[in-house]
Amino acid sequence: MAVVAFTINGRPAKVEVAPDTPLLWIVREHLKLSGTKYGCGTGLCGSCTVHVDGRAVRSCQVVASQLGGKQVTTIEGLAADANHPLQRAWIAEQVPQCGYCQSGQIMQAAELLATNKKPSREQIVAHMDGNLCRCGTYPRIVRAIERAAREA
Amino acid sequence: MNRRHSKAKLSRREMLAGSAGLSFAFAVGAPSLFGESDAFAQSGGRLNAYVTIAKDGTITIASPALEMGQGVNTALPLIIAEELDADWSKVRVQQAPVAAVFNHPILQQQMVVGSLTVRGYWIPCRTAAAQARRVLLNAVAERWKVPVTELTTEPSTVVHAASKRRIGYGEVAAFAQVPEKLPEVKPEELKPASQFRLIGKDVPRPDVVDKSSGKPLYAMDVQVPGMVYATLARAPVRGSGPISFNRDELKALPNILDAVALDNGVGIIGNTVEAVFAARGKLKAEWRDAPGSKVDSAANLHEYLAHVRDPARKGVVGRTTGDAIAAIAGAAKVHASEFTCDYVYHAQIEPHVCVAWVKPDGVEVWTGTQWQTRAVAEAAKAAGVGVEKVTLHQMQMGGSFGRNIFVEYVIDAVNLSKAAGKPVKMIQSRGDDVVHGRFRPMYAQRIEVGLDASDKIVGWRHRIAADTVVPYLYGQARMDAQKGVDHIVFAGADVPHYDVPTHIADHIYEERGVRTAPWRGIGAGATNFAVEVVIDELAQLAGQNPLAYRLALLKDPRARRVVEAAAKMADWSRKRDGTALGISFGKLGLPPIGFSLVGTVAEVSVDRSTGRIRCHNLWCAADVGLPVQPGNIVAQLESSLIFALGSALKERITIQDGVVQQSNFHDYEILRLSEIPPIAVEVIRSGDIPLPVGELGIPGVVPAVSNAVFALTGRRLRNAPFTPNRVKAALA
Ligand code: FES
Ligand code: FES
Repeated sequence: MAVVAFTINGRPAKVEVAPDTPLLWIVREHLKLSGTKYGCGTGLCGSCTVHVDGRAVRSCQVVASQLGGKQVTTIEGLAADANHPLQRAWIAEQVPQCGYCQSGQIMQAAELLATNKKPSREQIVAHMDGNLCRCGTYPRIVRAIERAAREA
Repeated sequence: MNRRHSKAKLSRREMLAGSAGLSFAFAVGAPSLFGESDAFAQSGGRLNAYVTIAKDGTITIASPALEMGQGVNTALPLIIAEELDADWSKVRVQQAPVAAVFNHPILQQQMVVGSLTVRGYWIPCRTAAAQARRVLLNAVAERWKVPVTELTTEPSTVVHAASKRRIGYGEVAAFAQVPEKLPEVKPEELKPASQFRLIGKDVPRPDVVDKSSGKPLYAMDVQVPGMVYATLARAPVRGSGPISFNRDELKALPNILDAVALDNGVGIIGNTVEAVFAARGKLKAEWRDAPGSKVDSAANLHEYLAHVRDPARKGVVGRTTGDAIAAIAGAAKVHASEFTCDYVYHAQIEPHVCVAWVKPDGVEVWTGTQWQTRAVAEAAKAAGVGVEKVTLHQMQMGGSFGRNIFVEYVIDAVNLSKAAGKPVKMIQSRGDDVVHGRFRPMYAQRIEVGLDASDKIVGWRHRIAADTVVPYLYGQARMDAQKGVDHIVFAGADVPHYDVPTHIADHIYEERGVRTAPWRGIGAGATNFAVEVVIDELAQLAGQNPLAYRLALLKDPRARRVVEAAAKMADWSRKRDGTALGISFGKLGLPPIGFSLVGTVAEVSVDRSTGRIRCHNLWCAADVGLPVQPGNIVAQLESSLIFALGSALKERITIQDGVVQQSNFHDYEILRLSEIPPIAVEVIRSGDIPLPVGELGIPGVVPAVSNAVFALTGRRLRNAPFTPNRVKAALA
């Protein structure tokens, strides 16, 4: 067991966990921010995507021992009142179906828009290609990202 | 909240009787929707099981079905709001409890299957809403001393035009009384479709806001004070369980509380999820033999194929028309072809999760399920209590696609909570969700078509060798009551829309001990592949264009319309460079309920060196009867078309020595964004009754892709999925 101190959604956090505990479980079961989802546990689906120091990462692939001093942002902390341009676009385009993958999709897309204000369709596809959606909301995800880029 | 469960038995007969007699059966049943006749004051504004109106005008509508992404928690409340003439902005949707009053009118259970939710609740929900509206109107008529016939409604408002008086529903709720005997509303008195204000126009889905902000909605998100975590390693095959396992070693691991043998697997209980998953990785178990312990799916598929070729092997016959066997025997020519489909997995992104808390006085369960009534019954049985002692907190599902009709995860979680003496959050790892999945049966199919001297079809015989589903889902008694007809396997293996004078389909059971389940689109995902490739082959034999051939052979104008519309969208006759088009017709439903219809065109290219197929475009025209939420229908079609495209190109489960060979998304690949073609969907309205939607994209895609590859290469793909190796072999 080790105590790890880091920042989550702008607030300090301290957890006592085994050093190899995935960030995913720290976030959703220890800190009870359950918007970040478990889908595969092996970096294959993207439902667990969060930002660490501004970069989108698979939280199932980051462990406690790598976390010290890091800035972690989850879907709950992406924007005040869930009012990120992507979240507005997600609603406008009625993207989610079951919704389970969508926190990860939005966090992945947020990284793109943070670094590329006007991504091309090809850049969107390349950036989002690791985030699976079994409900097949892909066409709407692309449309929502384009809308967010337009309206942001 | 009261979540009582009432037992209702489902038999095939009841289901068909219910579906055959839809309109009057519902009308007769409707008054029973009202359990109470309390005054509003006592009932808190509760007009009936479905509708409550508060004095501030807020209208709470109970949704009897469970959301898994298909949009039912918008569509059903919307239908009620329409008939009630409610202001949609004042409507709040609440999950209805598990209670007989909310049973699906056809299925007689609370159950979300077969894309039947909107179709099934259509009349009862509207009737309940119309009765609620009448109660409001009568109350106003009495108070204003005017004949009720002079009153009309506008959204959430009762209007008396003659005196220019208006009153909001909330104000009416303050004085209205729910009478002893509720006003009767006959189906013909319901609002005519021409007056719909909400149905047919898109309203935003209320769940989309929460799903875009990470709100806790799923079993995965449930936190119960004092809960511990568990995971379950199920035995590799159906009917197996642990003989022994390294319990002491697991128990000694940090944060592990216990490891217990259940009948069907080994449960590991611990203080944290990371601890139980780590311990799961260290499990060493010996499993007892079961019928499926030696299954080899590749070898079995050869046997299945041999069975459909063997005239001596008799299968169970489904629906027939005329004497197809005699017609084929007497035909001038017989065309025969064969097809196979591998097992496929649901791959819902939320693996099975169930939180259970067995207490001295009952059991609480938090989970998502497609069969609420059964989840309650199974939890009661596992906990050894009556169903009235079970509280089911219905969580939304992170996808399901047929998987969560089975509720073994509820039984497991209850058993683990009993073992732990605490609330337990049971999470399946993805690996276990795959390996212990329940799959769409593996299919071998052979279709023989008798043709006369002028190439006219005289007889059609469709033989299927496949695992069964119904005995494991509904029990052997139901299978027997259906005379052995496994409607889940058979679905789609009939051709009522084509001009085929005689038809027979039979199913040779392949009982191999493999876990099976309905999978989105049920049998039609496999059977329509065979049917629609054969139609293409017949066109080829007749020297005709596949579109023209279909249009000539389809006798139902609705069917012709979807095929024509899809062809038009695709600009069918335009020659392409390096790509080609394939077309198909498909249907979803049952004769007494009605079929929704779909025309699908796929545009593909093939990389001959790698064997990879690329789908460049999908066009789809869908006749859904009455489109309740057109935008969501497009979403559901996109969703199911993509789902089916995965099963055309990639998805397959293989089994060796009884063990599933795939374990996660790297070896069970579902389509990702870069593989999604542009998709165009046209929704066609053909009537005033909503027909099945959620699975409608499934039946057409696999044959359309196969037919497109034929158009491009002259080779037919008959084994789904069309993996690169299979494509290369076909092109060689
Ligand atoms: S759960 Fe982390 S990528 Fe799937
Ligand atoms: S919305 Fe269901 S998995 Fe993406």
